Amino acid sequence: MKALRKFFDNIKPNIAEGGKFHAFRSLVDGFETFAFVPNQTSRVGCVNIHDAIDSKRIMSFVVIALVPALLFGMYNVGYQNYLAAGTLANATFCDLFLYGLLAVLPKIIVSYVVGLGIEFVVAQWKGEEIQEGFLVSGILIPMIVPVNTPLWMLAIAVAFSVILAKEIFGGTGMNIFNPALITRAFLFFSYPSVMTGDDNVWVAQNTIFGLGNNVPDTYTAATPLGEAALGTPLTDSFNAIIGLIPGAIGETSVIAIALGGILLLWTGVASWKTMLSVFVGGALTGLLFQSLGMSPLTWSDQLILGGFCFGAVFMATDPVTSARTECGKYIYGFLIGVVAVMVRVMNPGYPEGMMLAILLMNLFAPLIDYCFVQSNINKRAKRATIK
Amino acid sequence: MSKLFSNENKAVFSNPLNLNNPIAVQVLGICSALAVTSQLEPAIVMGLSVTIITAFSNVIISLIRKTIPNRIRIIVQLVVVAALVTIVAQILKAFAYDVSVQLSVYVGLIITNCILMGRLEAFAMQNGPWESFLDGIGNGLGYALILVIVGFIRELLGFGTLLGFQIVPDCVYNAGYMNNGMMTMPAMSLIIVGCVIWAHRSINKEEK
Repeated sequence: MKALRKFFDNIKPNIAEGGKFHAFRSLVDGFETFAFVPNQTSRVGCVNIHDAIDSKRIMSFVVIALVPALLFGMYNVGYQNYLAAGTLANATFCDLFLYGLLAVLPKIIVSYVVGLGIEFVVAQWKGEEIQEGFLVSGILIPMIVPVNTPLWMLAIAVAFSVILAKEIFGGTGMNIFNPALITRAFLFFSYPSVMTGDDNVWVAQNTIFGLGNNVPDTYTAATPLGEAALGTPLTDSFNAIIGLIPGAIGETSVIAIALGGILLLWTGVASWKTMLSVFVGGALTGLLFQSLGMSPLTWSDQLILGGFCFGAVFMATDPVTSARTECGKYIYGFLIGVVAVMVRVMNPGYPEGMMLAILLMNLFAPLIDYCFVQSNINKRAKRATIK
Repeated sequence: MSKLFSNENKAVFSNPLNLNNPIAVQVLGICSALAVTSQLEPAIVMGLSVTIITAFSNVIISLIRKTIPNRIRIIVQLVVVAALVTIVAQILKAFAYDVSVQLSVYVGLIITNCILMGRLEAFAMQNGPWESFLDGIGNGLGYALILVIVGFIRELLGFGTLLGFQIVPDCVYNAGYMNNGMMTMPAMSLIIVGCVIWAHRSINKEEK
């Protein structure tokens, strides 16, 4: 830690105005404030309190909360590959995990390099401090795409969402939509053949550095949700909770996501109101469709399959794009659950509705807030005029 | 002759192409710009149709502007535009059937194009036929220009073709490249129109 501090202090003169590397000032500044809490206090004479938990620290909590799901996702990538090739019995835990690590790592690197690159350029150009929002988006993005997504597509989608869903609105904290979900939506609508369906999408196909197996192109593996859209009920809900099913990299394991969710709730980064109401909304709607016989899945299957848990824990609770009034959070979360299950059941073209549901409700969050704020104002106005 | 091409008349013609572009600056006629630009050919045909209709309806309204009773002027304008649109639609059906099928209702909907009514109300009702003609041509071409830009981007990235000819070579596809399906959807054309407006405004920042 001390060596790092010294390093930053040493290079500081170089990036100051007129220094050799002035062009890289936002880069250095960004990394420095990420590593160390900046030594700023509120100005004398105002009533603000400067919390040590600034937004970079909050973002770090979210990244830490994502780690269990990410690690399990890597393991599952390896597991699915060896399972597909039928060589699961000969593989050790390390084989599976290393294979998954090598398959997932390029996606994380591409996502961070492209996204942070754009952020740094924008910060430098506007002469502002680097914004921290992409720290979380950059790790979320590789976790919500299928493992076979080509890297160039990922790069285009990340660039699209950082520029058009975030920087245009004014950067971190101003965006209406969740940038990670916009990335996925862009991929989903632009290149549907590599994002959904059962054709070579969900299981890594090739050996990497001698690890893993070459799976023949004819091998197909559908997600349980994809099968449910065709009318097959879920048979193995144990594996679905553990997460050993085909799916996007980080979304399969309910247990790993729950670990992250507990950390988020414990640190107070995510709101339990939003999280809980997403599950309630999804469960009630699932129950309705189950009793109407419209879906082969039970209400609890709806909650454990696909991106439902991942979306509820990490996406719906995004403090920037979710509703901010306390009562509004209930409505916002509840409607996400309702819409997600509705899209799944009623539109066979989209077996997974979580992405669309959250994006839709992102759009309505300001309206929900407005209604609650207005009703509060009206209530108080009435109270004031009575006497 | 010199009067026909005076500086004022040149400005009437060239302003809508750039600084007063109906789509990029006035943000009119967006609906058809989103609907017909998924390929270049219908975009060009649509742009030309609107140019012709705007020009001639401008001339006709300008010729009879002094006899139109003020209270029913919108109806008169609509009758003129509708007649011209019908003629253009029939010509398209006769000589460019495939394109007219692609454009489907949007040729008919030129009647409701905001650019047309805007030019008739704002320009042709106050100016002579020659100026109105230039104004109509200018606005139509300004509209067509944006349509062609958007159509070019969308067809190239969405289908890998231009005017139906394959541009992206097969070896690129074999290397893993895929056409962007979102480019063929109207949602993406809204985003592209937005980007065109963005670029246009940052180029012409000083003019404002």
